[in-house]
Amino acid sequence: MKNCLLCGVGGQGTVLASRIIASASMDKGLFARTAETIGMAQRGGCVVSHVRVGSEVPSPMIPEGQADVILGFEPGEAARNLPFLKQGGTVIVCSNEVRPVTASLGKSGYRGEAAVAYLKKNVDKCFIIDGKKICAECGSPKVLNVVLTGALAASGAMDLTVEDMEKALAARMKPQLIEMNRKALKLGAECIQEK
Amino acid sequence: MKELLMGNEAIAVGALAAGVQVVSGYPGTPSTEVLETIAKRNPGGVHVEWSVNEKAGAEVAVGAAFAGARAMVTMKQMGLNVASDPVMCVNYLGVKGGMVIYVADDPGPISSQTEQDTRHFGKYARIPVFDCDSPEQAFRAVQDAFEFSEEHGTPVILRATTRVCHSCASIDVPEIKAPDRAAEFEKDSRWVIFPGLSYKNKLKLAAREKEFADIFSDYKENTIEGTGKIGIACGGISHAYVMDAIRGHEEEFTVFKAATPFPFPTKLAARFMRDTEKVIVFEELDPYIEDELIYNFRTADDAVILGKRTGTVPAAGELSAVKAAEIIEKVTGIKTAAESRTDGDAPDMPVRPPVLCAGCPHRGAFYAVKQAVKGRKAIFCGDIGCYTLGNAAPLNMVDTCLCMGAGITMAQGLSHADKSTLNFAFVGDSTFFASGITGVVNAVYNQAEMILIVLDNSTTAMTGHQPHPGMGITMMGGRSEPVDIAGVLEGTGVRSVRTVDPLDYSASVDAVRAAADEQGVRAIIFKSPCIAIVKTTDKVRVDGNSCIGCMNCIDQLGCPAIITKNGKAVIDRGLCTGCGLCAQICPVKCMIKEEADK
Repeated sequence: MKNCLLCGVGGQGTVLASRIIASASMDKGLFARTAETIGMAQRGGCVVSHVRVGSEVPSPMIPEGQADVILGFEPGEAARNLPFLKQGGTVIVCSNEVRPVTASLGKSGYRGEAAVAYLKKNVDKCFIIDGKKICAECGSPKVLNVVLTGALAASGAMDLTVEDMEKALAARMKPQLIEMNRKALKLGAECIQEK
Repeated sequence: MKELLMGNEAIAVGALAAGVQVVSGYPGTPSTEVLETIAKRNPGGVHVEWSVNEKAGAEVAVGAAFAGARAMVTMKQMGLNVASDPVMCVNYLGVKGGMVIYVADDPGPISSQTEQDTRHFGKYARIPVFDCDSPEQAFRAVQDAFEFSEEHGTPVILRATTRVCHSCASIDVPEIKAPDRAAEFEKDSRWVIFPGLSYKNKLKLAAREKEFADIFSDYKENTIEGTGKIGIACGGISHAYVMDAIRGHEEEFTVFKAATPFPFPTKLAARFMRDTEKVIVFEELDPYIEDELIYNFRTADDAVILGKRTGTVPAAGELSAVKAAEIIEKVTGIKTAAESRTDGDAPDMPVRPPVLCAGCPHRGAFYAVKQAVKGRKAIFCGDIGCYTLGNAAPLNMVDTCLCMGAGITMAQGLSHADKSTLNFAFVGDSTFFASGITGVVNAVYNQAEMILIVLDNSTTAMTGHQPHPGMGITMMGGRSEPVDIAGVLEGTGVRSVRTVDPLDYSASVDAVRAAADEQGVRAIIFKSPCIAIVKTTDKVRVDGNSCIGCMNCIDQLGCPAIITKNGKAVIDRGLCTGCGLCAQICPVKCMIKEEADK
């Protein structure tokens, strides 16, 4: 069984990423489940997707302490969901903070750098990714989900390769978008160095 | 072929595989994707519609089922309240074609006003209830529900909860063929509800419940797993949580799952109770299974049944595998949960209440009303939709919210109770059609003092942009003449009806001021499309040299696209849609709207 928790802010594309990871696993003949946040919570709120792969998975929700990997689209959200990570698990996180309206209104003291530092301190296998920079290289802020999916593949945490992801992606995307997403996948994968 | 299907998609595909012919419903999280999927995968010959509300949808389905067609109506649990009039009656008459009433409950609640439990509603209405515990089981359950409904001539409720509706699983999808059976209504007095007939049929309803309970005791989805001495009773998604929680310790437990909560499979449950020494009941929402076990099996001196009634399981909110494991450990001493992490003190976490999107036209409407009546005593009745988010700081423009359409009628009650206030009711376009029109007629005829604000963004935004009667498109892919909201209001006798663009700040304020100074029922339609359905590349930019850092834009509008850097306003160009509202209220005009490609 493999468990991957994706977390971020509504609109960042966590749902598509979770579908790609689950589909790539299914393409290899494995049973997969996912769970998503849909509805009111999506409007700028915190979103979490669960992906569970393996024949013995009864529930779509990963129990706390059992995620093999957390794929964080936003540092504060990754830090918030750290209790889901199992001992020795991997965190892959985009370092660019998404500032909530509450912070602009001066009602919370959230700082993205503090969340990144907290993750680094508590997780040995923690990969920090400058998603904004890579998205700019790819030409669209919308490919962050694919960048992170590429990094996930390269980390080996879900037993999926970059080629597995690429196949799953190509089957679910408009042809004109495939080239850009292939690049995003590749640049994401290059962010992962062995630890 | 294996596909990754969401629970709601699995139910849709299952219904199509069962040969459903007519599908109606009203959108509501977490139920919406069932009808959308049926429309998307329509093999031809299936009538699919978003009805104006759940009552209309249920009645459409009843009509089709009376004619012998297989029919389904979909809704969330709040919608079942709206549909309860036909649902409470149809069981007294029965159906000819299979009829499935799909209701999605929302433990938490995550996107709903209440944590009501449709299993109870089924029992109350005496309609059999099939429960879903996973997407793959939901796919089978909907087909079983159609078979059962048609065989016994009874409508059936199919019930799922959010985590089943919105989780995906790999499912073998069969080839879907267009339904090929003809429906024909046969005239018969059995289709006309009268007190005498209701009396006779109620006797039959009561008598058949025992028969159904026995059938369900042999139904394959009602299960007993394991032989351990500790009993766990559960249903729906709780079954998945329990199986996760007891992993590696299965031999200690016997797990009973109720897939048909009503009529309760008492014979099967009796076997479970006989073979276990102590029972913990895990279920979300109400203690339904727990009460059935207590009612059927507890005598003064025996079975220990632990659940919500004993305070063992929380009375509200969602369950989880970890919560189940903690409760199991507390009751039995058996530790099943993984060691929890011990990370140091966490830093400040971002607080992210849901907010109106950057560029949302509702922000302009709320802000214009707020500014136009500044200094006057005014009450703002909200309603159900994205615009409920107008309650968030800094707008703070929702004083009441109850249920679909209630803002319009509550504003009237407020006006009769306290003559000194200006009473505003905000309603979205889809909600207006669903349950606003009767309230407007009520206001006009009973001479209320109120200002109706219709927030017309030309879609049903909150649930994912479903068409409604004001839009001119249908789920069959065709066009229809749109129903004109201003025309409806004028037709009911609303004295003044103004239509204004909420992103034109001064025109909006003028319209509100003018309406506020009139008497009777007056209306303003704020018309501007939802930013999620129009593609714009317009942006606002800030002239950093002239920004004085007053923060007026942020403090007044709370737009997520405006952030601060070094004490000055900065636009997040990824979020900004160029609505230009901030540019209109900036006191030093440092925000400049750039229209792209012009």
